[in-house]
Amino acid sequence: MRGALKSGNVFCKNRIGVTGLGILSVFILTAIFAPFLAPYDPCEMFEPMAPPDSQHVLGTNDIGQDIWSELIYASRISLFIAFTTSIIATFIGTLSGLFSGYYERFGFFVMRVVDLFLALPRLPLIIILAVFMPTSIWNLIIIFVLFGWPITTRIIRSEVLTLRTRPYIDSERMMGAGDLYILGRHILPNIFPLVVVQFVMEARHVILAEAGLSFLGLGDPTSKSWGMMLHYAFEYPTIFISEVWKWWMLPPGLCIVVVILALVFVGFALEEILNPRLRREIV
Amino acid sequence: MLEVKGLSKYFSSGILRKRYTKAVDDVNFSIKRGETLGLVGESGCGKTTLGRSILRLIEPTAGKVLFDGIDILKLNKKELRTFRPRMQMIFQDPDASLNPRMKIRESIAEPLKLQRVEKCEIEGKVQELIERVGLSPEHANRYPHQLSGGQNQRVVLARVLALNPDFIVADEPTSALDVSVQAQILNLIQDLKRELNLTLLFISHDLEVVRYMSDRIAVMYGGKIVEMGDVEDIFNDAKHPYTKLLVSGKEVV
Amino acid sequence: MNLLKIKALRVYFPTDDGIVKAVDGVDLNIKREEILGLIGETGCGKTVLGMSIMRLIQSTTLTDGEIIYKDRDLLSLSDDEMRKIRGGEIAMVLQNPMTSLNPVIRVGEQIAETIRLHQGLDKKAARKRVIEMLRDVRIPDPEKSVDSYPHQLSGGMQERVMIAMALASDPELIIADEPTKGLDVTVKREIIRLMKEVTAKRSMLFITHDLGAAAEICDNIAVMYAGELLEHASVDSIFSEPLHPYSEGLLNSLPERGLKPIRGISPSLIDTPQGCRFHPRCDYAMEICREKHPEMVKLEDGRAVRCFLYA
Repeated sequence: MRGALKSGNVFCKNRIGVTGLGILSVFILTAIFAPFLAPYDPCEMFEPMAPPDSQHVLGTNDIGQDIWSELIYASRISLFIAFTTSIIATFIGTLSGLFSGYYERFGFFVMRVVDLFLALPRLPLIIILAVFMPTSIWNLIIIFVLFGWPITTRIIRSEVLTLRTRPYIDSERMMGAGDLYILGRHILPNIFPLVVVQFVMEARHVILAEAGLSFLGLGDPTSKSWGMMLHYAFEYPTIFISEVWKWWMLPPGLCIVVVILALVFVGFALEEILNPRLRREIV
Repeated sequence: MLEVKGLSKYFSSGILRKRYTKAVDDVNFSIKRGETLGLVGESGCGKTTLGRSILRLIEPTAGKVLFDGIDILKLNKKELRTFRPRMQMIFQDPDASLNPRMKIRESIAEPLKLQRVEKCEIEGKVQELIERVGLSPEHANRYPHQLSGGQNQRVVLARVLALNPDFIVADEPTSALDVSVQAQILNLIQDLKRELNLTLLFISHDLEVVRYMSDRIAVMYGGKIVEMGDVEDIFNDAKHPYTKLLVSGKEVV
Repeated sequence: MNLLKIKALRVYFPTDDGIVKAVDGVDLNIKREEILGLIGETGCGKTVLGMSIMRLIQSTTLTDGEIIYKDRDLLSLSDDEMRKIRGGEIAMVLQNPMTSLNPVIRVGEQIAETIRLHQGLDKKAARKRVIEMLRDVRIPDPEKSVDSYPHQLSGGMQERVMIAMALASDPELIIADEPTKGLDVTVKREIIRLMKEVTAKRSMLFITHDLGAAAEICDNIAVMYAGELLEHASVDSIFSEPLHPYSEGLLNSLPERGLKPIRGISPSLIDTPQGCRFHPRCDYAMEICREKHPEMVKLEDGRAVRCFLYA
């Protein structure tokens, strides 16, 4: 417990990390409490293309929906896709990494599959898949998971490979501990920090990829994410001629940038905490 | 009690043209119950590989390891698991021999849990073991990095004792420790050995330490045991040139 | 004639857990052509002491005192001046050649670097000089070894390369930090013989926890414990008749002397005991040892000891 407390302490002292976490929690809370925070139902229609005023903070879009409410609900979709994907991908990656690091022969085969995935160009393939699959949130998640787990597997495996040769693992084996026990009780806790970092990295990646796909029109039109908002705004013919882009395009774009920044900050901080060499005091 | 026959371990490298390194090459010896056999040799001579092969922490290439008449190398995975607690190993680096994320108490309780000791008895046994190896109760709630190397080696000993082993391979258990602490640990091992009638394979590169700890000494060179005999014979009347070299130039302090 | 004079040196590291007093008031002189052994156990501050002579410690460290080398205080030199001395007049042999040598540069290159830096030789001349030096440290077949990478050499050979590197600039003072650590008995013996040879006309501070090695090579011995010196004497007198209880305990811990341990463990450098720092582990501890911190007492035969038994 003291170790955890100490890590927590270091994290708090880390301003970047705290900032990142702060921003992230604002977004997450917004997503959770969207129905309470949004002034209107995002599907409700008002006068189209109204500029911002006291009624509509960010005006309305081409079919008269309140952009502010739309933005709040979109954070739900964006974050849901990002976190669901990272949870599944990190989970699969961690499990396969654990076993492929511990069992040499199994690892050999898993690694060839991982090699295959890593050798393929990720984004173009995702786009092609997205074109051919019916657009829905779950299909997006499946695609992202498919390309997300191999990296985690590889990273976790290499860590397990070094942990496996530690004397304390050998001494566990000498005590008659089974493989599953050793993996679960001794190796997993030691790679857990890495898993957390991988989770954050994956979430960052998915937010960006999802925004990209949706912007291209490959997202789910029934549940609008920030990327989808950008897509519709961009399709509006006179978006850049008038001032509309300022309240229609800029906000979702900013949201994407800020969330990614927040994730990067958290990732930075975690890395610093988990990599003792970066916070080395003295021997 | 322990009989090693024709034990070999070759490491192969290269995929197309395989090359073999004979880390352990046709080694034969036996250890009587309650005896300590010292194994000396320079680094890279195969002594650690030998120790690990006997315990099947690495799979030997050929040979037999008879432990009370049972060939350990023939056991299947499950049999090996139930058999293992009887043989234990103490490693060179005490700090790396303990899970850094576990408190000392948890570390010592672990072998007891694996032995299916009743939950209510564990806490008492842990206390007993902590005292037995010369630690104080307040150490129980610390983590390995908060203890010194010598204290961690005591924890390792407590874990080993929890299993009630018959045979222990000690692989340079004190080479990472300071002299004054080394003496503490070696004495502790000696005491425990006498008290519990343990059989020991004591691996070290330090001739003086081996001399102090062992009944007999085996000298290893290039993967083979080149000379084996009673301690005083080795020191006073070495036959093999390498042994002579080892024994001759010992610094006079 | 003193080559190096250390006066009241203090090196403190501020950390989250408190101030680590790695070196806490050390006075030490190294004479010309003297080989001084600095003996101590892990965490007593001996490595920090060696590093601070070379000014190789982080900038966040609090340093106080004087390190006078030939009338110049090393602690007040500019970085440029210090760089000239470091690897020039004072050289260091580090422990663990495996990590101290760059694995991707040929050993000849690594030595030549020092020569070129300090002696301004051209490439060809430097190479010739390197081969000579490898021969000096008894590396077999130096014309060939000069082009090998560190991992192609054995531990003993790597250590020889380290020694050759230290000698490259023809230093007057060598600081050797545990040069025999991790070496096999037979190799260690050869390295010690070699170091004895190459330091015949130089001074050396030989930092080690290996009492046997120190006995072989040193003229005088200083015993360090918890950041301060406890005893300073000639090799013969300290090994035949150690005065400080800690020195005595250390010697008795050796297997060849019966393996009688010192009880307890070395104190943390953050929180050293009141009074004499050794008293909690000392068999001779008296009332005064708990209360007052003993000063170094100079005895008539040139020895010095920090213990109330001799006050």
